[in-house]
Amino acid sequence: MPELTYRAAVRQALADAMRADGDVFVMGEDIAEMGGSMGVTQGLLDEFGPERVRNTPISEMAIVGAAIGAAMQGMRPVVEIMYEDFLTLSLEQIVNQAAKHRYMSGGQLKVPLTIRTQGGAGWSPGAQHAQQLEAWLVHVPGLKVVFASSPNDVRGLLWSSIYDDNPVIFFEHRLLYPIKEEAPAELEPVPIGKARVVREGGDVTVIATGPLVHRSLKAAERAEADGISVEVVDPRTLQPLDVDTLVESVKKTNRAVVAHEAVTRMGFGAEVTAVLQEQAFDWLDAPIERVGAKFAPLAFAPAMEQFVVPQPDDVLAAIRRTVEREQ
Amino acid sequence: MAKVEKRRALSQERLREFLREMLLIRRFEEKVEERFRAGELPGFLHVAIGQEAVAVGVCQALEDGDVFASTHRAHGHTLARGTHPNAVMAELYGKLEGCSHGYGGSMHLYDVERGNLGANAVVAGGLPAIVGAGLAFKLRDEPRVAVAFFGDGATNTGTFHESLNLAQLWKTKSLFVCENNHWAESTPGWQHSPVWDDMSKRALAYDMAAVKVDGQDVEEVFEVTREALERVRSGEGPVFLDVETFRMEGHYIGDAQIYRSKEDRAEAAAHDPIAALRERLDLADEEWEALDGEVRGVVEASVEFAKAGTDPQPEDALKNVYA
Repeated sequence: MPELTYRAAVRQALADAMRADGDVFVMGEDIAEMGGSMGVTQGLLDEFGPERVRNTPISEMAIVGAAIGAAMQGMRPVVEIMYEDFLTLSLEQIVNQAAKHRYMSGGQLKVPLTIRTQGGAGWSPGAQHAQQLEAWLVHVPGLKVVFASSPNDVRGLLWSSIYDDNPVIFFEHRLLYPIKEEAPAELEPVPIGKARVVREGGDVTVIATGPLVHRSLKAAERAEADGISVEVVDPRTLQPLDVDTLVESVKKTNRAVVAHEAVTRMGFGAEVTAVLQEQAFDWLDAPIERVGAKFAPLAFAPAMEQFVVPQPDDVLAAIRRTVEREQ
Repeated sequence: MAKVEKRRALSQERLREFLREMLLIRRFEEKVEERFRAGELPGFLHVAIGQEAVAVGVCQALEDGDVFASTHRAHGHTLARGTHPNAVMAELYGKLEGCSHGYGGSMHLYDVERGNLGANAVVAGGLPAIVGAGLAFKLRDEPRVAVAFFGDGATNTGTFHESLNLAQLWKTKSLFVCENNHWAESTPGWQHSPVWDDMSKRALAYDMAAVKVDGQDVEEVFEVTREALERVRSGEGPVFLDVETFRMEGHYIGDAQIYRSKEDRAEAAAHDPIAALRERLDLADEEWEALDGEVRGVVEASVEFAKAGTDPQPEDALKNVYA
């Protein structure tokens, strides 16, 4: 099978959806001629033209709000917010409008909107270009939240998000764009709400999102050398959450680590931890460990940035704490 | 800014229809105040008494397929667009028969079948969606228009400015109706905007066509809106209406208006659009009484309908979160 990058996978899903359906269009800052600041939408303008590949002013609130309005008329807009830090500028429209029109209307409306955005540390942009803010969005009823870690997943999940009748916040990660894997030529939709067991193991389950899936796989290899068998599970969809797959894995391994790049405190991992202790308490042999960023904004200097952001060794240390705990 | 000549083209019959609509809204809102004070209505309610000519003038000019977004002061727009008073009143009582099935309330009245995309309780919150609906109509080449109602207070939000810029840039099929009652809650226009006495200047900054309208004259509102809609519908670009009006009551029901002078309230009362239209039509007392009696009957029936409505089950709160 040919190899596909994460970046090309996103582009392919967009192009496939636009070819299949005239109601799909994309808009965002610098996405047309430039192809987006991450190069994801390169080539789309040539194929689909400026009506369906729309460069916008720097107006996050209006871009998202206009997409809501088009979605309520039955179109399927895909918005690109250049950095998820800038998602904060559109939160009124996401939280009060997109998430609530269906509800407040008593089911009269639907908002089939996809908002793609990206973030992620590891390249020293400082505190306003690399935050991981998914926990803000999973807290809002009415939104779906996706965070894919592999090319096949990002392609299949973006397709499903575009064709979902709800607003979907679709997180991509900057450091994942160049990664490659073998992929079938034809896009295979991945259902929203299904986790994926990325690596099977018997001693401890690491539930990881985005780049931490890859860092956890590295940690798992190192643990393997010490005789620890690690299972890695990627929820892929944070809202709705595939609780059954996570609980099933933890009941098998009896230990759990939850890992994400976002700040640990009050993070997505806190919810996963709470769910696991509610549904798998009697199976747990150790307290659930959490791995995430330390409680500080992202610093510019590489040494400080790397210290704040979780690395493979942080996951490995958490794995060891769960298996080395005295019974 | 376009100059508006007073237009006097509508038939007496049509104007009487307008008067009935305006009076229905007035009596409906008076009843809402009464029932709220009697403790029957939950929540937070805002009436638009004094602004009925804006709702009726604009909504009467709309065509089937047009859509609009309203504000927290939404009863008038909703009734003027043809949602039955029973459905609106039932919503205020939190009943399943309400126009939002009990999920919305006064600040979130919806009636998608009649183009009502929702009353919005976030100031300026509905504007971007009207840009987007207007974009969809343009992309699909549909002869439809999306209308945003908002107050003068909304013109100070970033959402407003981003929305007007985008609408004009893309020439979306959107109409912006600023109900300029010169109050943002308790803050008078002169305290919140440097162009409070001519909001159309806001639109000029975006090169958008703007018209100043006497919002107490329903015929003028109707005629100007009709012309604006023609322009928008044809794809020439959005239009901004600065509709000067008067809020005869407080920001919300129960507002003691300690911030407002007697003179200001008297001035508002002197600009009652219903009294002006009645005078213009030169209605005989018995004609007026007959009309008023008919409208009061409709309102009273809406209260009976609402009270007899179905209460949602508590667990219905978990429905409609996702499509």
